[in-house]
Amino acid sequence: MRIHFKTSYEHDIRLFQDRWTLGVYAALLALAFALPYLIDEFYLGEVTNVLIWAIAGLGLMLLTGQTGQASLGHAAFLAVGCYTNTILIEQGLPFVIAFPLAGVITGVIGTIVAIPALRLHGIYLAIATIALSILADDIIVLMEPWTGGVSGKFPEMITIFGFEIERWTMPSRFYYLVLVVTICCTLFYRNLLRSPLGRAFAAVRDSEVSATAMGVHIARTKATAFGLSCMITGWAGALMGYYAGTFNNETFSIVISITLLMMIVIGGLGSIHGAFFGAVVVAFLPQALSILKDGLVGGGVAIPGLETGVFGMILILFILFEPMGIYGRWLKIRIWLELFPFARKDMFRRQKSYLKTERLR
Amino acid sequence: MSLLEINNATLKFGGVVAVNDLSFSVEEGEVYAIVGPNGAGKSTVFNLISRFYEPFAGKFTFDGQNLLDREPDEVADLGIARTFQNIELFDHATVLQNLLVGRHRHRKTTLLEEMFFAPRVRREEHRHREAVEEVIDFLDLQPYRNKMIAGLPYGVRKVVELGRALASGPRLLLLDEPASGLSVEETQDMRWWIDDIRKQMGITVLMVEHDMGLVSGVSDRVLALADGAKLAEGTPAEVQSNPAVIEAYLGAGAA
Repeated sequence: MRIHFKTSYEHDIRLFQDRWTLGVYAALLALAFALPYLIDEFYLGEVTNVLIWAIAGLGLMLLTGQTGQASLGHAAFLAVGCYTNTILIEQGLPFVIAFPLAGVITGVIGTIVAIPALRLHGIYLAIATIALSILADDIIVLMEPWTGGVSGKFPEMITIFGFEIERWTMPSRFYYLVLVVTICCTLFYRNLLRSPLGRAFAAVRDSEVSATAMGVHIARTKATAFGLSCMITGWAGALMGYYAGTFNNETFSIVISITLLMMIVIGGLGSIHGAFFGAVVVAFLPQALSILKDGLVGGGVAIPGLETGVFGMILILFILFEPMGIYGRWLKIRIWLELFPFARKDMFRRQKSYLKTERLR
Repeated sequence: MSLLEINNATLKFGGVVAVNDLSFSVEEGEVYAIVGPNGAGKSTVFNLISRFYEPFAGKFTFDGQNLLDREPDEVADLGIARTFQNIELFDHATVLQNLLVGRHRHRKTTLLEEMFFAPRVRREEHRHREAVEEVIDFLDLQPYRNKMIAGLPYGVRKVVELGRALASGPRLLLLDEPASGLSVEETQDMRWWIDDIRKQMGITVLMVEHDMGLVSGVSDRVLALADGAKLAEGTPAEVQSNPAVIEAYLGAGAA
């Protein structure tokens, strides 16, 4: 077990706790950049998919894991990001302006939608946001002149200062683009966590009453969280559009919303790692299942509902046995290894929490 | 002029009169205690000052400013910090993070600066940390800095909550039953801390407390409440020997 002898406040502020952590993440980054030279195009495409899901997961994690507000409407914001980006580029804006702007516009729309919705708590907020997912479909059809309605749209090829990026013909370039966006989003998230706003998010999540007493404006903080969350989700949506190559009103359905929420629960609520772990599960599970199925019952046999069923099972098992998700399990394994052989069996047993004042809600 | 002045405050929940035409004032630099049997309206008075409840009638003045013009989150900006009867900490955060939330009213940086962690954010973080470290030193919380609240014992949580209120650098500190659930030793510590908060930091303290030992030990003046109305006010000894107070606690005929 590493013991940190802290000699300055900077130790608690900087991104990496020690040289070892810095080394691990530097190695991970180096691996990520070298990946196109290590694996073939099919798997590179799959990894790209994982990263896109991870960005979307980070978006929802900021809202649900950090601020404690559940949302089943994030598919709608994926759609907003995707369509906004495509329309802005069609209007002649270059990608380097259109793409960031698409995220910002999604964030602004998210904030506006959030203001009435945030009077609701917990399950009621989740139900209200389901409406967004369902409405998005109809709105896309109604706004046919811009969105192409049921026949959908094809995103144009990305050009950054004359440098062309396309998902199918140049998968490694598209992978690098997604990787850069992922790193930026992760850094934004990390920076927020170590600054006053991130702490205000956690305060709102854990106790609204005392957050108010400490001078945190609850509604404004929640709306900010919603806006930031939607901004990141918007970027993920735009990238999803490019990844899919075509999209219409049914691409961003409520199933995507549910998958997103399940993803961050399985990954581990409230942690950046959780978004990535969850994304790996969501993106690889369908592939793994079809490979497994082909091996067991032979190809060509379709089992309807297999994917959904397995996904549901995994979710139930996690909620029952590991509510902290994959990241929580990873932490436990790590502590067990660090303390070996002194780890105790009941070290992670949950303590009963004390009474909380709910009267003021 | 008093630091906090409450005039003719009234609050009703349906037919129940929780606070009934209550007036009192707290002077700068004193420790003022509110005592009373259960349901007397002590915590309700705190929640009125915190603006969690809207009074039916009454005037609330803090340092010459009308408290009723303020939103609940703006009360902290005036320099009023509080603790809660049932401990309202941020359970899934560390002690350090909890105390840093106490500094929220001193936040100067904008969203954009924080997203990019601009140099100003870093400087501000150092300043907040320094203020928090002073509180940690004052309350001897050094061993718990990086511990999660969810795993801490009750007595420590109570101290962390006091620390979070102190970290905000208040002028008036509202303590809702600071000694409830504490052991004799911990109560003794609390008594010294309240003394030091007043003498070293110059913070005015308004507290609700049942432990009469603590109340008579630290407070300059005591207000006894029953059924939301003022029963007696004066020095701890005066209030304790007041026949109306004894009757409210022990029933008629006990005096």
